[in-house]
Amino acid sequence: MVAFKLAFRNLIGAGLRTWLNVIVLSFAFFIIIFLNGFIDGWNRQARKDTMNWETGNGQLWHPEFDRYDPYTYQDAHTPVTDEVMKLVKSNVLTPVLITQATIYPQGRMESIILKGIDPDQKILLLTTNLLVSEGDDIPALIGKRMAASSRLKKDDLMLVRWRDKNGTFDAVELRIAGVFDCNVPTVDNGQIWIALDKLQKMTGMDGEATFFIAGKSYTGGDIAEWKYKDLKFLLSDMDKIIQSKKIGQAIIYLLLLCIALLAIFDTQVLSIFRRQKEIGTYVALGMTRYQVVGIFTVEGAAHSILAIILGAIYGIPFLLLLNKTGIPMPIAGDQMGISIAEKIFPAYSLGLITFSILLVVITATIVSYLPARKIAKMNPTDALKGKLQ
Amino acid sequence: MEDSRIISINKLTKRYPMGSGEFTALTDISLDFGRGEYSGFVGPSGSGKTTLLNIIGSLDSPSEGTAEILGYDISRLTHKQSAQLRNRHIGFIFQTYNLLPVYTVFENVEFALLLQGLSFTERKKAVMEALEWVGLTDKAKSKPAQLSGGESQRVAIARAMVKHPEIVLADEPSANLDAKNSHHILQTMKKLNEELKTTFIFATHDEKVMQHLNRIISLKDGQVEKDEMIPNSKS
Repeated sequence: MVAFKLAFRNLIGAGLRTWLNVIVLSFAFFIIIFLNGFIDGWNRQARKDTMNWETGNGQLWHPEFDRYDPYTYQDAHTPVTDEVMKLVKSNVLTPVLITQATIYPQGRMESIILKGIDPDQKILLLTTNLLVSEGDDIPALIGKRMAASSRLKKDDLMLVRWRDKNGTFDAVELRIAGVFDCNVPTVDNGQIWIALDKLQKMTGMDGEATFFIAGKSYTGGDIAEWKYKDLKFLLSDMDKIIQSKKIGQAIIYLLLLCIALLAIFDTQVLSIFRRQKEIGTYVALGMTRYQVVGIFTVEGAAHSILAIILGAIYGIPFLLLLNKTGIPMPIAGDQMGISIAEKIFPAYSLGLITFSILLVVITATIVSYLPARKIAKMNPTDALKGKLQ
Repeated sequence: MEDSRIISINKLTKRYPMGSGEFTALTDISLDFGRGEYSGFVGPSGSGKTTLLNIIGSLDSPSEGTAEILGYDISRLTHKQSAQLRNRHIGFIFQTYNLLPVYTVFENVEFALLLQGLSFTERKKAVMEALEWVGLTDKAKSKPAQLSGGESQRVAIARAMVKHPEIVLADEPSANLDAKNSHHILQTMKKLNEELKTTFIFATHDEKVMQHLNRIISLKDGQVEKDEMIPNSKS
């Protein structure tokens, strides 16, 4: 307690030097929270959007289905069994059938993935109700990215050509029933959604599906040959991208933190060099050398406490404002392959705040202690004379 | 003298490493000090005055021989024990005052009591009493930089005396002061010595200080050259 009291008195007494260190460290503290909050907010939003638009609460895959290998699409389908159909009817699962196809918008040729989904499904946010039709009309849904890249818009007609289960080419004209706007490029880019029954009929795969999307009430686990893929698996790519972003940002804030810590280290070295008489006096007045090491360590570490307080004073209003207004994202971010909203709302969790405080306090304590160790080896009689040791 | 002996130095030798060899600062010193003595080591620079004072203050330890302070053999004390000895029983007064610059006069004097874990009320009472002894109650809130040399040394005396130590060690306390201030602080210390029966030991080559001492121990080349009682000192 005495060490804290003395350390804070010394620190405040040191004036401008203290405040320069505190300002730099508080800036590092602020940036750590800001960048991590940004990434966490992005992660939270991306997971939520991906679950709402693509993965649901998990998926059941045909054993041969590989989402990254279009060649598997041809054979990755099988009739839906009664057991699974019960879950489909109760909206616990929704089936999806996929096949490769080619479209010819305005005479151009484009490879796409044709996906059939139940128009009555309630698991994804896709406006599949627009896929309901009578007769030969085949309404299709596309995303805004697909619409932009293929120059398609609502009510446009386009020719689509596909191969049925026997490998025979067939073609039909689709009508764009709607263009949906979502932040998940993997349900949008190069994909056309039509009604499941239409696609089953077009491909000759009546009653068949490639995978099922699970709703919140699905408890997990394989069903017959259908292999359950949990969110950890389905979101692993996104997690990897966000992890790599986190590492990139950590490098930035750690560099900033290093600069602040270097300033504290430098101050400590200078302080111990200049205050040898004071150190000798502490010992003469009855402190052990280790207690003096403690004072100097606490003094250096106290920079971090002041930095946290200062960072909180200017950081909290700013971070709360960002949390409310969001951070606009550049359109180029859309090309990253994972969900990025137009605005990211940073998320500041208790864990993040605790981590940032501990990181700043612990590192500041370490860089304060390292030079202060020298005091333990000082000869107090030489220190009293201010003799260089 | 035997009954009230609080410092006992026996065949003390102190050597320091110097280059590849050693430098002998003190050789075969044997001295005793009683309670309430007002004595001093005198001698030219390099005679070993400060070294002996530091050993008595348990800031240093002998290479040979023993130094018993208040019954403690300082060679056998741990860092913690010798720190406690200094904190509770020994006061230091330095030539350059060694006041802690960021603290006020009050806080400087309070420091040793903080380490003793006294309550604020106890500390305040003791500090104000000590400042009254040296006539500086009105400067309690001043910082050392705002004080004159004489005032700074009086604060240092108050700091040394606030814990009512048995021994006060003063290393050239008047070296940085003019004649008037020297006289004033020496009078103050003598008064405290008489009133509180505190043992004062000086290291000095200042004639003005010597005139106040009751016992002068002359050192030369690390040895006791003369140890004389001065019955009619100026004080």
